[in-house]
Amino acid sequence: MTTTPRKQIILAAYVGGVNEHTLWEHPEAGSQIAFDTFRHVAQTAERGRFDYFFLAEGLALRERAGKVFDHDIAGRPDTLPVLAALAGVTEHIGLVGTLNATFNEPYELARQLLSLDHLSGGRAGWNVVTSWDAFTGQNFRRGGFLPREERYSRAEEFVRTVRELWDSWADDAIVADKTTGEFLADASAGAFSHTGAQFDIEGRFTVPRSPQGQPIIVQAGVSPQGRDFAAANSDLIFSPYSRLPEARDFYVDIKSRARAHGRNPDHLKIIPGAGFVIGDSVADAEEKARHILEQQLTDRTVQVTLEQVWNRDLSDYDIDGPLPDVDPDPEAAPIIQGRAFIYQDRFETVRKWRELADAKNLTIRGLAAEISPRAQFIGTPAQVADGLDDFIQNDGADGVVLGGHFTPGGLDEFVDTVVPILQERGSLRTDYSGTTLRDNLGIPVPERVGELAATA
Amino acid sequence: MTTNDKIRLGIALEGAGWHPSAWREPSSRPRELFSPAYWTDLVRLADRGHIDFATIEDSFGLQSSRPFEPDDRTDEVRGRLDALLLAARLAPVTERIGLIPTVTTTHTEPFHVSKAVATLDYASLGRAGWQPKVSGRADEARHVGRRDIPEIVDYNNDPAVQAVVAELFAEAADVVEVVRRLWDSWEDGAEIRDVATDRFLDADKLHTIDFASERFSIRGPSITPRPPQGQPVVAALAHAELPYRFAATSADLVFVTPLDVASAASILDQVRDAEASVAREGEPLRVYADIVVFLDGEEPAAARLARLDGLGRPLTSDTRIFTGSAGELAEEIEALAALGYSGVRLRPGVLTDDLPRIVEDLVPALRHREALAVEDAPVSLRTRLGLPTTVPNRYSPALAG
Repeated sequence: MTTTPRKQIILAAYVGGVNEHTLWEHPEAGSQIAFDTFRHVAQTAERGRFDYFFLAEGLALRERAGKVFDHDIAGRPDTLPVLAALAGVTEHIGLVGTLNATFNEPYELARQLLSLDHLSGGRAGWNVVTSWDAFTGQNFRRGGFLPREERYSRAEEFVRTVRELWDSWADDAIVADKTTGEFLADASAGAFSHTGAQFDIEGRFTVPRSPQGQPIIVQAGVSPQGRDFAAANSDLIFSPYSRLPEARDFYVDIKSRARAHGRNPDHLKIIPGAGFVIGDSVADAEEKARHILEQQLTDRTVQVTLEQVWNRDLSDYDIDGPLPDVDPDPEAAPIIQGRAFIYQDRFETVRKWRELADAKNLTIRGLAAEISPRAQFIGTPAQVADGLDDFIQNDGADGVVLGGHFTPGGLDEFVDTVVPILQERGSLRTDYSGTTLRDNLGIPVPERVGELAATA
Repeated sequence: MTTNDKIRLGIALEGAGWHPSAWREPSSRPRELFSPAYWTDLVRLADRGHIDFATIEDSFGLQSSRPFEPDDRTDEVRGRLDALLLAARLAPVTERIGLIPTVTTTHTEPFHVSKAVATLDYASLGRAGWQPKVSGRADEARHVGRRDIPEIVDYNNDPAVQAVVAELFAEAADVVEVVRRLWDSWEDGAEIRDVATDRFLDADKLHTIDFASERFSIRGPSITPRPPQGQPVVAALAHAELPYRFAATSADLVFVTPLDVASAASILDQVRDAEASVAREGEPLRVYADIVVFLDGEEPAAARLARLDGLGRPLTSDTRIFTGSAGELAEEIEALAALGYSGVRLRPGVLTDDLPRIVEDLVPALRHREALAVEDAPVSLRTRLGLPTTVPNRYSPALAG
């Protein structure tokens, strides 16, 4: 009998900022903004030997018909300072934030992320997103917005430029010899010059080489272009697929794209978001899951979910009745603003939803329940551990990003009951193996861009 | 004497210290300038030592011995971390000290600044401030590549350059105005969590700021609820009439750079004139004098300064360079307070030598004279600095109506 070593599950903890999934009505729900909330989740995840703590970002409050959404959680802190503050109250866990490549500049963001890497002893990561919406652009003095077709080219060049800046100091640039008075090895430390279609910049970068060499790059990508971009440029891919077999198809596709780019596929990790509901028995867990879903799908949450696709005011339709009998109106001014629109084609989406509703005899609310990203791992602690471990060992992914259904204590039960079982199985480390996020993920530091250029 | 008449003490953190050769002193830790342990040790010392606030220097470009352009020296500290993130890293490991990072107004988006400083205020439980700084350097503009700023060769005799700088300060005032409006864009109590009506927020308590000037427009509201202090403390460094007016328009505190008692009196008059010229309303600007400090230890301070000056580039400064005993410095500080200064911001010549002496010698000397405001409990930075802690929100109906 041959034994293959078990794949080590990568775990990340997620705190939802603006969203309708986190239950603010929960009796144990705490502040979404107080620093103690983030400290609690990060320290709990570190206790459970998670790889990283993850914060999402949104740069404009969601609105419906010009009015701020008032029924969902809204109001979040700024990503980078929360991560920097968490670096002071944790020792091992990675600190990864979503930061927008449209409403930032490479020089400034490179500087902030590399500062975070120094301040955390090499635990920083960046989830790269772009945005093309004019609504968000109204919050920035640069104004304007990115033509949709330029999203990937800007993101690609943005990441490349940031990496050039991260590599602009040699490893041994700082001598700091008190006797000779030599602080820098040479006068060109940090010198950079980048000319491209999106950025034309030059000068001296202010942050030396960091403990991790380069912070981790995380990206999402579903379209062929997005998949290729992520496979070429990132260390982690945030995937939307958390069920076999579609998750495995994605996994195989991404790893082969990475190979085609000349990369070791083991150095590119795939991580979908996932939920869990833990109960004393299967029935108990399923009852809990149903209750959570009911609370998530309030009348207005459901209405807004559909309005986003129809781009119409649907308030006259009964949530417990059939789907709206009108077509989407793509020409009208957007009724929902500030929320990522994840459906490529409104008419096609409506067609599919009508089919689904007909086939299963669903009301609007029933449809919303059917399409909502529901918890994948439901059961007793042992069943949740089994489900998650099977998903990983069968190459559904390399790990998962877990969010509790309330903040900040929603992760505690997972760490207290499921983590020990995974550790016992040998699928999860019992202690951190290295000091940096790269060490813990098993992703090596890339060659310095400067060194590549010098040998070319 | 009310608490408001007493002196506040700040320290200005910069690399190994304000002397270009500070990093070569035996106590200095030049290889750790990018390590959190170095900064944590220093700021926790200041925190325990009753220093009211620490400012953290920053700029959009590398340090230079020349004011308006980079240099190619290799014998001085070069490189630094983002000041706001350093302040955030220090927030949960300190208890009392105010944290005032520098962030530029020229290249950093005000929306980003507003939520970042608000978040520092949350992480520090109300101890956040912000030192807005104009970036007038051409090389820093090339780091962003979105606009050209001409090389400044002869500011005093070139009206075109003066016009550019005036425009940068006007833009800075716009930026601070936007940041302040965004801090107010959520009223206190906007989060209601009302299960009966399925409302997390009271949407009527959130406000677009709709700022528009000839330079740019910003809509809002912020994504971050109003920070614990309502309005974190805004502090500006100023050496001349134009920045005095900027401070009078935009700041709560101004750091000024007198060289002696006579110039200290004259600068105070200029600051008050600037307040009148911009028709400042509300609280008067609190004025703090910057002093570069070398305190006597085993080696007399003057001898130490002379020795450091001999190692490389001698120290020059825009402000008073003090050498002497803690008692003598306490006297100078009291003289400034008597003129109407709210306090001083000390720039340690060598951080690892002069900060411990400030804490161990100067603070007790000032306390002995009962000159120092004493607040040992963790309080907000506004409280510590004697600023009003009830900060009206410009968007609340009580004010509007």
